[in-house]
Amino acid sequence: MLNKFPLWKNCLILLVVTFGFVYAAPNFYPADAAIQVSGQSGSMVIDQGVLSKVEEALDQAGVDHFSGEADGESLLVRISDRNMQLRAKEVIQAEMGGDYIVALNLAATTPDWLRNIGGKPMKLGLDLSGGVHFLLEVDLDSAVAVRLEGDLADVKASLREERVRYRSLELRGDQIVGQFRDGDQVSAAKAIVRNNYRDLQIQSAPGQNPLTLVLQLSEVAVSLLEDNALKQNLTSLRNRVNELGVSEPIVSRQGKNRIVVELPGIQDTAEAKRIIGKTANLEFRLEAQGRVGERFEFRESGRQGPDAMLEKAPIITGENVTDARASFDENGRPQVNITLDSSGGWQMGLATRDNIGRRLGVLFIEYKTKLEKTVDDQGELVITPVPFVEKHIISLATVQAQLGRQFRITGLDGQRESSELALLLRAGALAAPMYIVEERTIGPSLGADNIEMGVKSVTLGMALVLLFMVLIYRAFGFAANTALIMNLLLLVAFMSLLGATLTLPGIAGIVLTVGMAVDANVLIFSRIREERKNGASVQSAISAGYDRAFVSILDANITTLIVALILFIIGSGPVQGFAVTLSIGILTSMFTSIVMTRGLVNMVVGGRKIEKLWI
Amino acid sequence: MAQLKIYDFMGIRRYAVVLSALLLSLSIWSLASQGLVLGLDFSGGTQIEVGYQEPADVAELRETLESAGFQNPVVVHFGAETDVLIRLQGEPDEQLAAQVLEVLKGDQSQQVELRRVDFVGPQIGEELREDGGLGMLTALAVVMLYVAIRFQLKFSIGAVLALGHDVLITLGIFSLARLEFDLTVLAAILAVVGYSLNDTIVVSDRIRENFRKIRKAPPTEVINESLSQTLWRTINTSVTTMLVLLALFFFGGELIHNFAIALMIGVAIGTYSSIYVAATVMLALNVDREDLLEQVEGELVDDLP
Repeated sequence: MLNKFPLWKNCLILLVVTFGFVYAAPNFYPADAAIQVSGQSGSMVIDQGVLSKVEEALDQAGVDHFSGEADGESLLVRISDRNMQLRAKEVIQAEMGGDYIVALNLAATTPDWLRNIGGKPMKLGLDLSGGVHFLLEVDLDSAVAVRLEGDLADVKASLREERVRYRSLELRGDQIVGQFRDGDQVSAAKAIVRNNYRDLQIQSAPGQNPLTLVLQLSEVAVSLLEDNALKQNLTSLRNRVNELGVSEPIVSRQGKNRIVVELPGIQDTAEAKRIIGKTANLEFRLEAQGRVGERFEFRESGRQGPDAMLEKAPIITGENVTDARASFDENGRPQVNITLDSSGGWQMGLATRDNIGRRLGVLFIEYKTKLEKTVDDQGELVITPVPFVEKHIISLATVQAQLGRQFRITGLDGQRESSELALLLRAGALAAPMYIVEERTIGPSLGADNIEMGVKSVTLGMALVLLFMVLIYRAFGFAANTALIMNLLLLVAFMSLLGATLTLPGIAGIVLTVGMAVDANVLIFSRIREERKNGASVQSAISAGYDRAFVSILDANITTLIVALILFIIGSGPVQGFAVTLSIGILTSMFTSIVMTRGLVNMVVGGRKIEKLWI
Repeated sequence: MAQLKIYDFMGIRRYAVVLSALLLSLSIWSLASQGLVLGLDFSGGTQIEVGYQEPADVAELRETLESAGFQNPVVVHFGAETDVLIRLQGEPDEQLAAQVLEVLKGDQSQQVELRRVDFVGPQIGEELREDGGLGMLTALAVVMLYVAIRFQLKFSIGAVLALGHDVLITLGIFSLARLEFDLTVLAAILAVVGYSLNDTIVVSDRIRENFRKIRKAPPTEVINESLSQTLWRTINTSVTTMLVLLALFFFGGELIHNFAIALMIGVAIGTYSSIYVAATVMLALNVDREDLLEQVEGELVDDLP
């Protein structure tokens, strides 16, 4: 019989519809404003005791809250009145002190049964939720330069050890260039490099002076070095971002030398920027005796004069620091309590044992990058990042006794600096300097406006199309409209399930999909009308309409899908959001507008004798 | 039942050629002489959107900023009287936004709220310009290949020329009207490629079907009949798409204003081009039944030894 679906096809439609309803559902439960509390280090236990302390503080401040949960690592308290969220954060932070990270959060209210089958609401992009997006470029060249400097020093030491004499050995660009007096020494040097420095390649160019040795890092070594530098930066950044107390931050690699950082809901961008971009290290050096030494300025010129002379070699550096915490000394001045690893502690003890009474300086080192403008040969403006180092003495104090693994640094400029220094020492140094190449901040009010406008335009666009379809195609218009609404539902369900992020251009993509999804139905219905005009019977017109329109729909959708795919590949952030919604929308609309409308039409008119078709 | 009315689309194709040529040369002239107004995404720089409680005086703000030492700040209303967009170009400095906000907050008489900051480094803008152009060309090439395989080379040339026509004219109008071209507009242009292609393919599909079905008719008549048969579908789809675009244009907010405009222009031009440009090109290439005959299987058999 014409136009009857077999049972399995009807079941399939039913199944898909149920799927759509279930997985789109989490989006209709509005999220609760919440506060999340976690510990600064992983060893802290956040249990019921901490929870009751937090709840008590909220009660006292008169902030209504409900369903607090603690799982040992962190706790979550939901706030009844959204406007009280910031106040609640302040109250809790004041109560718990600096050892706890207190973050604003949005807690999903998805019912348990939905959550158990993987249901979750769509993630909102920064343009909808508000927050900061940073794109950082890692200066990999400087990581390579640092490595080469180290290699240069090592090679010099090896040559000296083997009594190979050289006239000069120095860095020229990305090469180490050495001049020797005779050929024997050149080959001796080559042998040493070959045996001990696998990563250094000996370069030889035709016409090169035979007494010259040119060394270069192998490509493999360079790419490994760059990869490691980026990974280390990524790790340090993650640590730092975690300490900022942001819920669900994103820190991920983009391409060869870039890192994306997204901090939803953050308000104070200046603070975030300072923490993220800062590359700092510490060196501990004894004060120089006599004239041999290096002169550094004090960060704060005060009693101790504008500068002081320190020994050239550091005892230890920030890399030996295993823990650092900000606190206050007996007089209420900020300090940082430092714990060293065993080798650091041993070296510190060794150096201070025989030097009691001398002064120990703490050198604060900041690696900064400035963008410098130059004009190149073609007269074009070129902007190059120029790294530079700033070293200042932050404290110079007399060694009272032999120092061990634990000691403290004082002489800091306020509490903010002490906590920042502690954070930077804890989170680890960056392997290579970074600078911000793109920053986008979206205030929370703009995010909320964007959501409102998005919902409004989707609703209105949808209503207009629904009306138009009923006016033009009457009964069949209803079938198309049902499919259109289902399409929207499926689109939302898939995006939620796949964890795709909804952005403002993404909403535009949804709106566009609504407009274009009806195209398939318009094609089919026009074809059915045509068949009827050519005198086909009702049932065969429907059948032919669907069959013949199918090829056109398929071709048209595949080509649009190709375009969406290219958009996804070349685009970034917001444009990708658009491409994702467009692609999913095309796929779901194929199902709803072909299979689902056919099912509906078959159910109503299939297998019956009808003379007139309301189309 | 009444037979379908056949319109003589191809009869007036000479006028269409003149119109397209006129629009194209105007677009190319404008793009070549004054280019596009590149948005921040492509040009690099800093822009800050702030919201005030009451309508803000743009000229006064500009003066405040200039006297604070910022060079040539562009200060305009954004969407509403209370919203102001400030743009500073050239200086590659990520600290700029914070400094501007500082200056604005210095004026105590009005409360100012930071709505948005965009800082795009110069290297990012340049990369985006390259990637955008590359993406467009890739899209056209892949689409051409697909149509050539699914249909035939003459169809493919027609489709791609129609796409190029739509993209160029949309860009041309953006250049002429001095509308800002940013990332969302690029996305819109690529969506136009998708949409216009959709239209062209549906028409081509019908032309192919009719060439195979109607044996004794000149190509012009076959194409006229195909276009007439698909005319209602073309119009109805354009109307539904336009309806949602209007909703986006009026209620989608300032950020996707230009996105909606680009798509509206593109859909209008795309509808016209799928009727006139693709078909006209095919006729100019002497498209014929012969081009679309199914491969006869016998030919392969003959090659066997």
